[in-house]
Amino acid sequence: MKAARFEYARPLNCAEAVGLLQQNAGRAKVVSGGQSLGAMMNLRLAQPELLVDIRAIDALRGCEVAEDVVTLGATTTHATIEDGRVTDPTRGLMREVAGGIAYRAVRNRGTLGGSLAHADPAADWVNLMALLDAQYVLQGPSGVRTVDTPNWMAGAFTTALREDEILTAVRIPRLSASARWSYCKVNRKAGEFAQALAAIVDDPARARRRALIGAIDGAPYVFDAGPLIDLWSDAAADLQLRRAGLKAGTYEYQIHLTALARAIAASRAMNRSAA
Amino acid sequence: MSAMELTVNGRGLRVEVEPRTHLADFLREQRLLTGTNLGCEHGVCGACTLMIDGVPMRSCLIPAVSCAGAQVRTIEDFDNDPLMARLRAAFSAEHALQCGFCTPGMLATARDIVTRLPDADDARIRLELSGNLCRCTGYVGLVRAVRRVLDGR
Repeated sequence: MKAARFEYARPLNCAEAVGLLQQNAGRAKVVSGGQSLGAMMNLRLAQPELLVDIRAIDALRGCEVAEDVVTLGATTTHATIEDGRVTDPTRGLMREVAGGIAYRAVRNRGTLGGSLAHADPAADWVNLMALLDAQYVLQGPSGVRTVDTPNWMAGAFTTALREDEILTAVRIPRLSASARWSYCKVNRKAGEFAQALAAIVDDPARARRRALIGAIDGAPYVFDAGPLIDLWSDAAADLQLRRAGLKAGTYEYQIHLTALARAIAASRAMNRSAA
Repeated sequence: MSAMELTVNGRGLRVEVEPRTHLADFLREQRLLTGTNLGCEHGVCGACTLMIDGVPMRSCLIPAVSCAGAQVRTIEDFDNDPLMARLRAAFSAEHALQCGFCTPGMLATARDIVTRLPDADDARIRLELSGNLCRCTGYVGLVRAVRRVLDGR
């Protein structure tokens, strides 16, 4: 229950952080809040030789608000989003999701970017960002590049991030003022990782009526759900659950089906004019 | 070893720590502040919860070396805190502890609930306490103790 020995660096800017990663390729790990990595290191599931702590880098903390998109710095904590201390581009969806992550003591330390880079298929942000079609901003030795949501997560705990890159920010498209959303998480105990996730963003004004099936084996599964939102169909839901890799008759299928049905019902119930 | 400065219970310190030493071990073994308890050491049980820069965090998941410049407050520093005094009295009155192992972490979380969520109902109190495990009380007394302080009784 004690981490193996490691060295520690606390760079003050992104170039310095990337330089450290380049010099220590394969033996270094970026850390921000460390709420997943710290546990994995204590359990010795992870044994990086160098930790590059990016919490002191001011450029990773900001919130940039534009008309159609809000850019959140990677080290923005869950609690910062929960409390509305940064702009929520999603009419309250991100605030609600943030408030449901683990426990307050974890949310005070854990970060948006850390969760996205860790890419646990059962974690909230990597699923929600897929539904919202966010864009990932990465910095490496040759500069800045962006990665669109479908290319972010290759599988469980596997992202487009290279060993010498850091995730600096995520760009999140704004929902329109008339958008409806819902988020349904099934877990055994409050604050635990999801056993099943389903969520809806119903935003006809932006030509987006999408559903998420998450907490599956690999990357989140997102599909155009307009017809299913308008009229529930067992056959249509079954088709999507199968495409998400779930097998009919299993416990996993059943709880994902329940989550999807509940998410659709909740999105319909949301008042379009409510802020 | 890395040299660093931080503040523990109001005292500025310059210390040397191994990067692998987490904050709770640093406090317990180097500062002899044994009020912070360690249960699971992987962020699940909440026993090691304490205040960093005014908010509760898990001290088992945070390398001490990453607390350079931070203000750390352990349970020992709350002796003269009026709100914590009310919480201690409420914990006693409502039987919110038995063995006491979870209590330092519970008090840190309870204090956060009372200051951050003055309008919390019992369901919300229960939800907010869900990150701190108590294997003795069954939580009823804990919820009542927080309720008692929120109600100003």
